[in-house]
Amino acid sequence: MTAFRESVEAMIPALRRYARALARDAEIADDLVQDTLVRALRSERLFIGGDIKSWLYTILTNLNKNRRRSLARRPQHLPLLENNPDASGTEAEGRDIARALATLVEEQRSVLLLVMLEGLSYREVADIQGVPIGTVMSRLARARAHVKAYLDGERPSLRRVK
Amino acid sequence: MTEPQIPVTEDELHAYVDGELPAERREEVEAWLAAHPDDAARVQSWRRMAADLHARYDAVADEPIPARLEIERLVQTPRRWVYGAIAATLVAFIGGGVAGWTAHGAASVPSAFQNFTADALEAHRLYTVEVRHPVEVPGSERVHLQQWLTKRCGWQVRAPELETTGLKLVGGRLLPGPAGPASFLMYESASGERFTVYTARAPTEATQMRYATGNQDAALFWADHGVGYVVSGGSDRDRLMQVARLVYDQSEKDGS
Repeated sequence: MTAFRESVEAMIPALRRYARALARDAEIADDLVQDTLVRALRSERLFIGGDIKSWLYTILTNLNKNRRRSLARRPQHLPLLENNPDASGTEAEGRDIARALATLVEEQRSVLLLVMLEGLSYREVADIQGVPIGTVMSRLARARAHVKAYLDGERPSLRRVK
Repeated sequence: MTEPQIPVTEDELHAYVDGELPAERREEVEAWLAAHPDDAARVQSWRRMAADLHARYDAVADEPIPARLEIERLVQTPRRWVYGAIAATLVAFIGGGVAGWTAHGAASVPSAFQNFTADALEAHRLYTVEVRHPVEVPGSERVHLQQWLTKRCGWQVRAPELETTGLKLVGGRLLPGPAGPASFLMYESASGERFTVYTARAPTEATQMRYATGNQDAALFWADHGVGYVVSGGSDRDRLMQVARLVYDQSEKDGS
């Protein structure tokens, strides 16, 4: 296997994690990863060096953006009952953070995950999103404030209802 | 411990948590946090948030990688058919093809490309079994059909000539597409095999060709100048490619 392919392969676990948090649905997340890999492998000869990791995150982020743009034009399909195995009791904490993520706008969710989950630098995230570092920082600050408010508001209210 | 001369900003608090703060400023921020419990609590909440995220999602990175994402497999998919002005890459759907997501149910929403092809395949399945009313406008009114669909869709809809592969135009109809109208043309051979050509506004300008396969049928998809084409037919891939090639050639010639 070429060095290029090895570097791409080494990134698959992290890409899957990022995609899962970004898209929430496991099937869609792996679709995104697959499309990302196909696109990357097809461009093997066009890749003249640089950071493969950032490049892969960039492809995936853009694919997800396109996907959501086209979804916005379709009727939304939602499960009638929450019977997602992920959402069952044992992972109550995780379910909170997943739901909090779902309430974020796309760019903010992406920044939050790239920085906090994937451990990328502000500079790298700025390149991935194609925006200045200042924009990354304000998106991150807003995302954190929003998630915090969501989690703070959610926990006591659950208790009250019970 | 000395009180910092310059007040710590919100940005600096984030940078501190994310390890982006210049080393010389770290100590001052720590002193600030010791003196400002509200800020310290916020910083603490962000650290908890990061821990929550890792607790929830790190397990995904530890899962075995599904077969359809294996590099060897993705590399081995056919890459021939570099064709015409576009480098058309044929990518077989491994695993989660169109049939896969249909079975998956309405709860999950497939990627834009799959939506598009799925719509076309659905129309293909619905109308090719129709004996008496497969189309709205019959192929005998070809000129009228083309004018009507072009007017309604907003791009040049031309019913390609597929006689050289033994296919005759049955006719066409207008359908709702993923983003506005879609045109749908049906062809038939003497032996009764049916092919359909579906066009709709594509979600991207993207131009690579893809192959999707269901149980009984299959589709080839590509996009050109913002219009997506889906040629659907039986599961014989070579035959489908032969037909798709003709459609592709003629849409190129139109320069639509």
